[in-house]
Amino acid sequence: MLVLDLALKSLRNRLLVTSLTVGSIALSVALLLGVEKTRTGMRESFSNTISQTDLIVGPKSGTIQLLLYSVFGMGSPTQNISWEAYEHWASHPAVDWTIPYALGDSHRGFRVIGTDENFYEHYRYRGGQSIELAEGEPALGVHDVAIGSQVAEELGYGIGDEIAVTHGMGGFIQHDEAPFRISGILAPTFTPVDRAIYVTMEGVEAMHEGWEDGVPPASAMSFGGGPPGAEEDPGEAGVVPDDPEHAGESPEEHAAHAHEPTQVTAFFVGATNRRDVLSLQRDISEWSEEPVMAVLPGLALSEMWDGLGYAEEGLRLVGIFVVIVGLLGMLVSLYTSLDARRREMAILRAVGAGPVRILSLLVLESALLATLGAILGVAVVYGGLSLAQPWVESEFGLYLPVAGLAPVEYAYLGAVILAGFLIGFVPALKAYRTALHDGLAVRV
Amino acid sequence: MTGTALAVELEGVRFSYGGGPVVLDIPSLRLEAGTRTFLHGPSGSGKTTLLGILAGVLRADSGSVRVLGEDLTSMSGPRRDAFRARHIGYVFQMFNLIPYLSVMENIVLPVRMHATRRRRMREATPRAEAHRLASALEIDHALDASVGALSVGQQQRVAACRALIGSPELIIADEPTSSLDHDRRDAFLDLLLEACEGAGSTLVFVSHDRTLASHFQQEVSLADANRAGAAAARAVPKGDGRTTDTASVGAGGPD
Repeated sequence: MLVLDLALKSLRNRLLVTSLTVGSIALSVALLLGVEKTRTGMRESFSNTISQTDLIVGPKSGTIQLLLYSVFGMGSPTQNISWEAYEHWASHPAVDWTIPYALGDSHRGFRVIGTDENFYEHYRYRGGQSIELAEGEPALGVHDVAIGSQVAEELGYGIGDEIAVTHGMGGFIQHDEAPFRISGILAPTFTPVDRAIYVTMEGVEAMHEGWEDGVPPASAMSFGGGPPGAEEDPGEAGVVPDDPEHAGESPEEHAAHAHEPTQVTAFFVGATNRRDVLSLQRDISEWSEEPVMAVLPGLALSEMWDGLGYAEEGLRLVGIFVVIVGLLGMLVSLYTSLDARRREMAILRAVGAGPVRILSLLVLESALLATLGAILGVAVVYGGLSLAQPWVESEFGLYLPVAGLAPVEYAYLGAVILAGFLIGFVPALKAYRTALHDGLAVRV
Repeated sequence: MTGTALAVELEGVRFSYGGGPVVLDIPSLRLEAGTRTFLHGPSGSGKTTLLGILAGVLRADSGSVRVLGEDLTSMSGPRRDAFRARHIGYVFQMFNLIPYLSVMENIVLPVRMHATRRRRMREATPRAEAHRLASALEIDHALDASVGALSVGQQQRVAACRALIGSPELIIADEPTSSLDHDRRDAFLDLLLEACEGAGSTLVFVSHDRTLASHFQQEVSLADANRAGAAAARAVPKGDGRTTDTASVGAGGPD
């Protein structure tokens, strides 16, 4: 207790050096923990891009390719699945629900996804959050469209605006004959959902009508001498009168008129019973009627993350080196203070302190500095995290939970404190030898 | 404990720092318990080394060192440290105080270092004991001051309080007055001697300034006692070097 009291008072006496040392250790610890928190946040965020979906089914291709275009909205599918195949599996007894995804169209660089009401009902992300609407209604009518929050923000769209859709990503061909009206804006999810535009399966068919041979019907072309409407009113490009084929029909009648979907690109599956997922996956992948595959999203996502994981090792390494530099700074400050403290050591020796006590005083000071630094570092991380969290979330779509310390983070803190303790032996052993050798004389 | 009541008994003590030249070679030195001895030692005569050996911080290379009847040479380092904490008070020439402790904390340090010192206090608490000593040494007004605010003379009195707390049997003072002016020096010396007498402590007071010797019961010349430091010591004018029957210096044979 005497040694602890002396160590604390000695540190307090050198307040400036002590605070600088503690501060530099704290910042280095904060960096290490911050990297760790960001790393786990990224991994969490990544693997929670979609949740509670048991299987993702798509045409036979690579697992990562399927994930990329179905979950992350990147890349394009090369094939589709027939509507019959979709209906076959959707009605399978082991399947509770399915969400169809029809891809291939875009609007001003944002993906257009054909889906149905199941998307709004069953799609889950980040530990079971469902799709919410910030405004309006889900897109359930043929000409309805629901847009992601970032789409709304970047394009400045509101409820009731009409938009046109292009076939292919950034292509030229506009499905001008099938304009869509925004019925709803989705609440932010900080997943790729925010950058997508949702229409119905029928809506996708409606804009592709007459495209069975792979090109739009001549009358529907909007470029190179297209329909008069586009040229007469360029300011309202994309806002086009009713589908001429169905002029005079109400939207309801139009929808009922059956733009029956013929294809889906992929679909998400929720199983009735989770125990059946693996056998369902096998059944789907081995199905002889059509080349389809099913992947387990959780597994596939973590495989994909591991492929990207080398970068995080680099970050972690940088964090560890910064901590080492912080601790070396402490070593330097303790070591250089020794000369000025020889008199103090001689006094302690004179009142009966043994060299071991001198040694333990210095080791304790070092361990205290490291401990204070570690504690302050944790405070800095959590303070910074709670301050920066909303900004990071809105700016980078990265959700950093303010959760307790993970075991690996406790291990880091323990390692920092242990290192501080061990580093303390360097000045302490020098002081120990000086104490033994000098006795009560102070030779400067 | 032997029955001779010798506070210090050195026989054939030799010491060198880390195998260097012999700085201390004392054939014989005896100081009786309860006495106040002026140990005259010019610089270079090995006085600080001798005090280190008496305090058990340094260990003699050969010979026997008995302090308060106990043989320090046969003790381990930690036992000598504990022995010093229990039985010895030490006053340095200057810079006696630990800068990051208050005056009060500096004084009570030995009591916290070893329980024996606490048991030997006259007052119930270390603070009360510190107050008693501080008023004896006329420094009680400075107990709450910070160490840095004290004059050198005040610092030396605080150091004396620390050496005296818990009434150790042996007080060693290493030139404690050398940084004081003449008036303060005499005042400090009188207070220290009085306090030692009150505590019944043996005092070994080292100085190069022989004019102080008149305050003490007896004087020992380290130049005579230490053959290794003799060359340096002889350069200094010698007084009568009186040796009373309570202290003895054996010059040893010329061998």
